Amino acid sequence: MGNTTTLSDNPRVSNPANTNGSKSGLPPATSPKSDLMGLQSLRPDDHFHSYPEYFVERRHEECIRCLVCVRQCPYDCTYYDPDRDVVYNVHQNCVNCKRCVAMCPTHCIRIERFDSGFRDNGHWGTHLVRGLRKQADTGGVLLTGLGNDLPYPSYFDRIVLDASQVTNPSIDPLREPMELRTYLGRKPESYRPGSPGEVFPNILCEIPVLFAPMSFGAISYNFQHGLALAAQEMGTYFNTGEGGLHPDFRKFRDSVIVQVASGRFGVDPDYLLSSAACEIKIGQGAKPGIGGHLPGEKVNAEISRTRMIPVGTDALSPAPQHDIYSIEDLRLLIYAIKEATEYTRPVSVKIAAVHNTAAIVSGIVRAGADIVVIDGFRGGTGAAPMIIRDHVGIPVEVALAQADQRLREEGIRHQASIIAAGGIRNSADVVKAIALGADAVYIATSAMIAVGCTLCQQCHRGLCAWGITTNRPDLLPRLPADQAAGRLTGLLRGWQHEIQEMLGLMGLNSIESLRGNRLKLRGVGLTQLELQTLGIRQAGL
Amino acid sequence: MPTCPGTCGTGFSQFPSREKIMNSGSRTFPHASMINTSLSAPRGYPGGESQGEGEVPRRKSFVRSPYDEKDLSACGLIGFVNRDRRRESGERIIRAIANMHDRGNGLGGGFAAYGIYPERADLYALHVMYDDPHDAKQVEEYLKRQVVVEAAEEIPLFESRRFSDHPYFKRYFVDLRERLNGHDNEGDYLVDTVMHINVNFEHAFVMSSGKNMGTFKGVGFPEDLGEFFRLPEYEGYIWTGHSRFPTNSPGWWGGAHPFALLDWTIVHNGEISSYGINMRYVKMFGYECTLMTDTEVVAYLFDLLVRRHGLSFEDACKVLAPPFWKDIDVLEEEERFTLTHLRSVYASAALNGPFAFLLGFSGGIIGLNDRVKLRPLVVGRGGESVYLSSEEAAIRTICPEVEEIWAPVAGEPVIVLLESVGESRDGRGNQRQRPVLQGA
Repeated sequence: MGNTTTLSDNPRVSNPANTNGSKSGLPPATSPKSDLMGLQSLRPDDHFHSYPEYFVERRHEECIRCLVCVRQCPYDCTYYDPDRDVVYNVHQNCVNCKRCVAMCPTHCIRIERFDSGFRDNGHWGTHLVRGLRKQADTGGVLLTGLGNDLPYPSYFDRIVLDASQVTNPSIDPLREPMELRTYLGRKPESYRPGSPGEVFPNILCEIPVLFAPMSFGAISYNFQHGLALAAQEMGTYFNTGEGGLHPDFRKFRDSVIVQVASGRFGVDPDYLLSSAACEIKIGQGAKPGIGGHLPGEKVNAEISRTRMIPVGTDALSPAPQHDIYSIEDLRLLIYAIKEATEYTRPVSVKIAAVHNTAAIVSGIVRAGADIVVIDGFRGGTGAAPMIIRDHVGIPVEVALAQADQRLREEGIRHQASIIAAGGIRNSADVVKAIALGADAVYIATSAMIAVGCTLCQQCHRGLCAWGITTNRPDLLPRLPADQAAGRLTGLLRGWQHEIQEMLGLMGLNSIESLRGNRLKLRGVGLTQLELQTLGIRQAGL
Repeated sequence: MPTCPGTCGTGFSQFPSREKIMNSGSRTFPHASMINTSLSAPRGYPGGESQGEGEVPRRKSFVRSPYDEKDLSACGLIGFVNRDRRRESGERIIRAIANMHDRGNGLGGGFAAYGIYPERADLYALHVMYDDPHDAKQVEEYLKRQVVVEAAEEIPLFESRRFSDHPYFKRYFVDLRERLNGHDNEGDYLVDTVMHINVNFEHAFVMSSGKNMGTFKGVGFPEDLGEFFRLPEYEGYIWTGHSRFPTNSPGWWGGAHPFALLDWTIVHNGEISSYGINMRYVKMFGYECTLMTDTEVVAYLFDLLVRRHGLSFEDACKVLAPPFWKDIDVLEEEERFTLTHLRSVYASAALNGPFAFLLGFSGGIIGLNDRVKLRPLVVGRGGESVYLSSEEAAIRTICPEVEEIWAPVAGEPVIVLLESVGESRDGRGNQRQRPVLQGA
């Protein structure tokens, strides 16, 4: 559990984790705050929450006083005492982002979980106690970033793949063609060459992995630029999230899916047409049923320009789309976008995975969506109330399996492609999702990890030490766009090879023969009802 | 579109439950020697001498697999078309398949023959396999409600010690015209009827349901089965034969090839690795894969693509063994558009994994390999006949005077049509328009 801040109506936000960081990420090496051990705003009740979560251990005899750690820490956790010529830490400010560990030339820093937690308690976990104290302090909602981190079981981890032995030769992707090309969008039920038939716009993915919606604002300019370059290079797509498309990125129009969310930030006809596809965001796996919040202090000139809102104002997306209060309203918006784009773009609808996803997806497809995105409860976020992130929504595996099955039972599976999102961690998760019935997957957290994210869950604070989820001018250069693009391309290439290997060992040489092919999956340690829900069989049978 | 017969449950409904299988295995079967092979009703069958034993425990099921899993097998296959519609007895097909004895292991064989019922050519011939003569009654009651049964008879068998234990076979010649019940399409109506029997009557299985044709299949070496079914006494102008090497399911007569629907028959060598999705795809259109073998899905796919969606044989083959994207990308705009659409619209119909199959129908035979050719298929031409086989030797056995033999290119269909039906294709690739039998 990382540090959390609170969304409070009290401007004097009292969490030491961010009050101390309010100055800048670059405390001068000769900071005078050593007298107060960094705790300048110590108040009478601060002892309620001053238990550090992490402990920064530094072997002083190996420290060369280069002070890179002091300069790199945006959380004001590290400072230098020139009188004693020693680097100290304010442990309770540490979020375990590992930036100092990575940068230290002598590797003299080690970060450990602070061992003096509260008395062991199976019911009152330390993270709960911390949260309660923070809330009592501010009367606010606990905010956090990234995805649900509680130890719910993972269905992906209880599904294993089939392989060919004897009766069916495996196919070697180094020697034979192995096809991953996927077309996303509505297809006609039948197609007879030479006959006039309906042709629907589709988007072509050379690898069935797309970058999930991440808005400029939630992520840095450079990271979004890197996503765009990598998507273009690999023949896939990135997604603007609800943050609009920066003028500099309009040149990536063939590689971008533009989102229309409840705040409608940055939406105009040119935005819709600067895209390969348009997406209506109904919900997000990390926070089903609630809107978004980009704090005003993150809204700089560039974000203001992209989102079409004044500098410094909070960008608040309402919980529902205020013109969609029922399924027929969704149809109106889908067709409004189709009209605006003259039916040249597939329109996607993204929902969070919830209990009756199958029925909802069926309704969305009948409302005219060409692509449906199902975002599971492991999906990440730039900022969400922790209580919602951790307790609302269902795993994407079951939602996907049920939605695919429902569309088939209703004979309308061809009318829309399905993208599975929310917690896809590696190429095996991709293969399992596709075999369960997805056409493609979205990845975001995996992409962030590829460019340096250490899962410290501080995205909402705009102080990302790795330059991924911040647009602060001093932090932004930490992730150059070309470096991000190179690493993302590397990730996708690696997955491409692995997916090809997995297809080959199953005796398949194209991805469409895996899609919905649940006979390639078996469950391990699942109940009969879980197997049935996933539509897969028990391992050994 | 036919409605989906039976249940459309989620997930597991596609697999027969173990309980159902166990129950079917707990009853015994009256000894086969008690079955009268004449066309009069046998004992234990309505109109015949009653067994009078009530609910007899049954020993095993012939028509359903004892296993709750997909069947795997490798095989030999052979087929020929007399393009001039010359009818000949089943003697040569038996000799050809016997030549490939070692491609099977005696656990399955079968034949399809076209042109064998010329006197009743305008009636649909339903070949039905029952676990037990008792099982026929319910099915026949259902059939009488659905269709006009013009004639019903046992399929004549040559009883021998080799097949002392076998299912009960009947054939029905039926007319649909008066009973279409709102269906305007005879094919859809009959598909619904056949699917209903195969799904809902646990101890019955419709082997074939086309006009002027039939399939004969079972457990044993195919040459023995040919004799058992008295095939030398039939005369057809198209024959296909199959020798099976299954890796499980001994004693499962329903699992032998050919698989058939209407007049489509499939003999197949290979394993369709994409079966899991092909099966779910055809189910969307009302076809139930009841047999847990990947071969039946090929018959259903052809029925869907050709009969219902109106694709040409060539286009249907491009769906089943799609050209690689790298080859599509370099084509001219129009053909690239066509193939891209065929591949994306019918992505779930593509067959993946090793296969060579022969699709028989009233107008000819289509032979198709998977697109990397992981199973053998050769074609030979001799006189007015075209032969397709797993092995050249089998062709030379029955046609020593064969004029030309070639191996079709991976994924390129060999389309052998009767002279009266249309132009054939030789499957040699590149020259897509090259007729098989120029001047023949």
